[in-house]
Amino acid sequence: MRFFLESRKFLIVSAAAYILLKILFANNIISIYIQQITLFAFIVTIASLGLNVIYGYTGQFSLGHAAFYGIGAYTSAYLTKIFGIEGVFSFLPVLFISGVAAGFIGCLIGIPILRLRDDFLAIATLGFGTLVRVILDNSDRFTEVLGGSRGFVGITKIANLELTFFSALFIVLITKNLIYSRYGLFLRSIRDDELASTSIGINTSRMKLMAFSYGCMLAGIGGGLYAHLYTFLHPSNFDILKSIDFLIIVIIGGMGSIRGTIYASIIWVGFIEGLRIVLPVELLDLRWVVIPILLIALMMWKPYGLMAKK
Amino acid sequence: MKLLEVINLEKSFGGVKAVDNMSFHIREGETLGIIGPNGAGKTTVFNLITGFYRPDKGVIKFSGKHITGVPPYKLSHLGISRTFQNMRLFSNLTVFENILSAVLTGKSYGLISALFRTNNYFSSEGKAEQRARGLIDFFGLSGKEDYPAESLPYGEQRKLELARALSTGPRLLLIDEPGAGMNPREVLDFVDTIKVIKDKHSLSIIIIEHQMKLVMGISDRIAVMDFGEKIMEGVPSEVKKDKKVIEAYLGEALE
Amino acid sequence: MELLGYIIEQTINGLQLGAVYALIALGYTMVYGVLRLINFAHGDIFMLGAFIAYFLITKFGMPIYLVFIITMLSTGLAGYLIEKIAYKPLRNAPKISLLITAVGVSLFLEYFLSLNAIFTPNYIAFPRPFEIKTYDAALFTVTNIQLLIFTVTFVSLFLVYLLVYRTKYGKAMRAVSYDREVASLMGIGIDGIISFTFIVGASLAGLGGILYGIAYPQINVFMGIMPGIKSFIAAVLGGIGIVHGAVLGGFIIGLLEVFVSAFISSTFRDGLIFIILLLVLILKPSGIFGKRIEKV
Repeated sequence: MRFFLESRKFLIVSAAAYILLKILFANNIISIYIQQITLFAFIVTIASLGLNVIYGYTGQFSLGHAAFYGIGAYTSAYLTKIFGIEGVFSFLPVLFISGVAAGFIGCLIGIPILRLRDDFLAIATLGFGTLVRVILDNSDRFTEVLGGSRGFVGITKIANLELTFFSALFIVLITKNLIYSRYGLFLRSIRDDELASTSIGINTSRMKLMAFSYGCMLAGIGGGLYAHLYTFLHPSNFDILKSIDFLIIVIIGGMGSIRGTIYASIIWVGFIEGLRIVLPVELLDLRWVVIPILLIALMMWKPYGLMAKK
Repeated sequence: MKLLEVINLEKSFGGVKAVDNMSFHIREGETLGIIGPNGAGKTTVFNLITGFYRPDKGVIKFSGKHITGVPPYKLSHLGISRTFQNMRLFSNLTVFENILSAVLTGKSYGLISALFRTNNYFSSEGKAEQRARGLIDFFGLSGKEDYPAESLPYGEQRKLELARALSTGPRLLLIDEPGAGMNPREVLDFVDTIKVIKDKHSLSIIIIEHQMKLVMGISDRIAVMDFGEKIMEGVPSEVKKDKKVIEAYLGEALE
Repeated sequence: MELLGYIIEQTINGLQLGAVYALIALGYTMVYGVLRLINFAHGDIFMLGAFIAYFLITKFGMPIYLVFIITMLSTGLAGYLIEKIAYKPLRNAPKISLLITAVGVSLFLEYFLSLNAIFTPNYIAFPRPFEIKTYDAALFTVTNIQLLIFTVTFVSLFLVYLLVYRTKYGKAMRAVSYDREVASLMGIGIDGIISFTFIVGASLAGLGGILYGIAYPQINVFMGIMPGIKSFIAAVLGGIGIVHGAVLGGFIIGLLEVFVSAFISSTFRDGLIFIILLLVLILKPSGIFGKRIEKV
C-alpha cells in the first residue's frame, strides 16, 4: 500500500491526465492521427526510460537500444499471431514475455560486453544492433510470417489508451522505486566511479548487468506495444537511427532524471511527428539534416554532460 | 592473532617488478605504517591486498583465510576497506549519499522489496539513514549533507572519503596517503581523528604516508619499502635511525 | 582444377575489397591512436571521396590521375575541417560527448548529401574512367581495375609506412598516441599533429572511395555506413591504434566477406562480420597485434 502512498502526487496528476485524455479520445475531439501519436509518445517514454536507466543512471553508453525494442516488437507480434490473441488482458502476458525476452537477451549479451570501456561498449552495442537488424532482415528464413525485409504485416491492433497509458504509468512507478532505492544509489555510484564503488562493497558487474537487462526489458515492452499500435513492423524501424533517437531523448531530458526523460519523450515525439504535419514534404527531409546539427550544438553547449540535478 | 598476513607477494607490470618478495603482517588493533620513496610499490601493495590487482606470486590471508584473488567488493564484505591515493569520491552524489551508499552495501533489503516498497524496505532504509547521519556527525560534516561531494573543501573531502570507508564497518582499514595536500593543522586533526576511530571501532589500520609526523604519530610499527621490496621493519624510533632507510630517502629530510 | 581457379579468383576479389577496407581502417586507427576517438564520420569521408570523384569526372571530364589527386586533397581538407569545427572544441570533454558529436557529423553528411537538391538518396552510376581489360593467367583472370587497386593501395600503404616509421611527423604521431601530455611537454605541437593525422586518414579514405567507385560502380550517399563499420571492425581486429593491424585487419575482413559470400551465403556475410567484432571485443579487445592491458 505504501507503494502508492509514496507517489500520491504523481498518481493524482496521472489520474487527471488520464481522464482528460479519455474525454478527448472518446469523443474524437482530437483526430485519430493525434491519438495515435499520443499513444506512441507513451511507448517511447517506456523505451527511453529503459535507456535512461542504462545510460543516464549507470553511465553505460549503448548504441543498440533499438535492437531490444525490435526484439520485443517481433516477439510479441509473433506470439499474438500464432496464438490468435486479440484482447488487452490476454495480451498482457505476451507483453510481459516479450519484455522478459528482450531483457534476457540483453543479459546474455551484457555479460561479455559490459566490462568494455565506453567507446568499445559503444561499438559493441552498435555491432549487436546491426546484427539484430541483419537477422530481422532475414527473419523470413526462420519463419515466413516474420516477413524478413518485406516486413511483418497484419498484426492485430491491441494497443489502446488504457493499455499504453497504464503500462507507462506502472513502469514509471517501478522505475522510480528502483532508482530511489539503494540500487539506484549504487548505479549512480558506479557511473561516478566504478572502482570506488567496488571498494565499498558494490558488486559492480552484477549491478551493471541488472541495469542493462532492466533497460532492455523496458525497450522490449515498448516494442511490444509499438507492434500492436502500428500493426506493421519493418527491420528498418529498428536500426542505429532509432537507437540514436532514444539516446537524444535521454540526453535532452537530462541524464539521470526520470521526469526529464518523460518530458523529453513527449516533446521529442511531438516535435518529430509535429514536423510531419506542419512541414511540406520537401522540407521534411531537412529534419535529419537539422537534427544532427542540433545534436552537435547541444554537445558543444554542454560538453560536460547534461547531469540533471537530483 | 594475525589479522592480515602478506607472504612473498610479487607483482610485475610488463617486465618491471613493482612488488618483490613482500611479506608482513598486522595484528588486531595495530596500526602499521608503510613508507618509502615514490615508486617504491606501496600503492601496488594496497591494490594487491584489496583485490584490484592479482599477484603473480604470493599469498594473502585475512583472519587466517586465503583472500588472494578475491574481488574488491567481496573483500569489503569480509571487512577490508580502503581510501585512494588520488581520492575517489562520488563527486556527483551528495555528502549524505556518499556515506549512505557504503552503509547500504551491507545486509539490507532486496530488489523486490525496493520495487514494491515493502515494510522491510522502509525499516532498512530508515536504519541505514540513521547510521549514515551518525557517521556524518562524528566526522563533523553535519549541515553539509546535501552538498555535492565535490563542493567540499579539500580537507573535508578527505574526511568524507575516510568516513565512507568506515561506513561498511571494516576490521581493517587501508589509508593511502591521506596527508597529501593537507596543512600541518589538518594533519594534527587527522591524527586525532584516527586515534578516536581506532578506539571506538577497534580497527586495525595500514597507512601509506610520506609525512613523517603523521606516520610516526600514529603507527605502532613501520615497514619501509624501496624498489618494490621491504628494506626494513620496526618501531618508529628504530626506523628513524636506520641507515638503509636514510639512504633510500637520500636528500629528503626526516623530521 | 576449376575449383582452384575459383578459389584464386575469390582470393583476388577478397584482396581487392580488403584493400579498400585497409585504406579506410588506417584512418580509423590513426585517429584513434592520437585522439582515442572512434570517428564515426570516417565512413562518410569514404563516401565523400566516391562522390567527389564522380562529380569531377561527370561535370569536368577530368582525367583520372587528376581526379585521384584532387579528390584526395578534398577529402583531406574535409577531414581537417571536421576536426577543427566539430572535434577540437570538445578535445577535453568526456569521451561520450565526442562520440555523440561524431555520430552527429556522420548523420549530417549523409542526410545533407541525400537531399533531392544535392545527390538524392538514390543509387548513382559511377562512370567508368577507362575500358576494362582482362588478363588471362593459367587458372584465373584478373582485370586492369584490380591491378590498379592493388598497385595504388600497395604504393599508398608503403608511403604511409614510411611516413609513420621514418619521418619525424610519424614519430610525433606515435608520441602523441602514447601519451599526449608528455608529447606536448616535449614540444610537439599537438594540434598540428592531430590535424595532420586527420588529413592523412581522410585522404586515404577518399582514395578508398574512388577505388570502390571504380570497382563497384554503384554509389549512394549511405554507402559509407557498412564499409565504415566493417573497416572499423578490421582496425579493431588488427589492434586498434596499430597501423599494420589496420592493414592486416582490412585484408582479413575483405577476404572473409568474399569467401563467406561465395561459399556459404551472402545473407550471412554481414552477420558473420559482426560476430567477429563481438568475439574480438570479448576475447581480446586489444586485437591481433595489441598488448593485453591490465585493468586497474
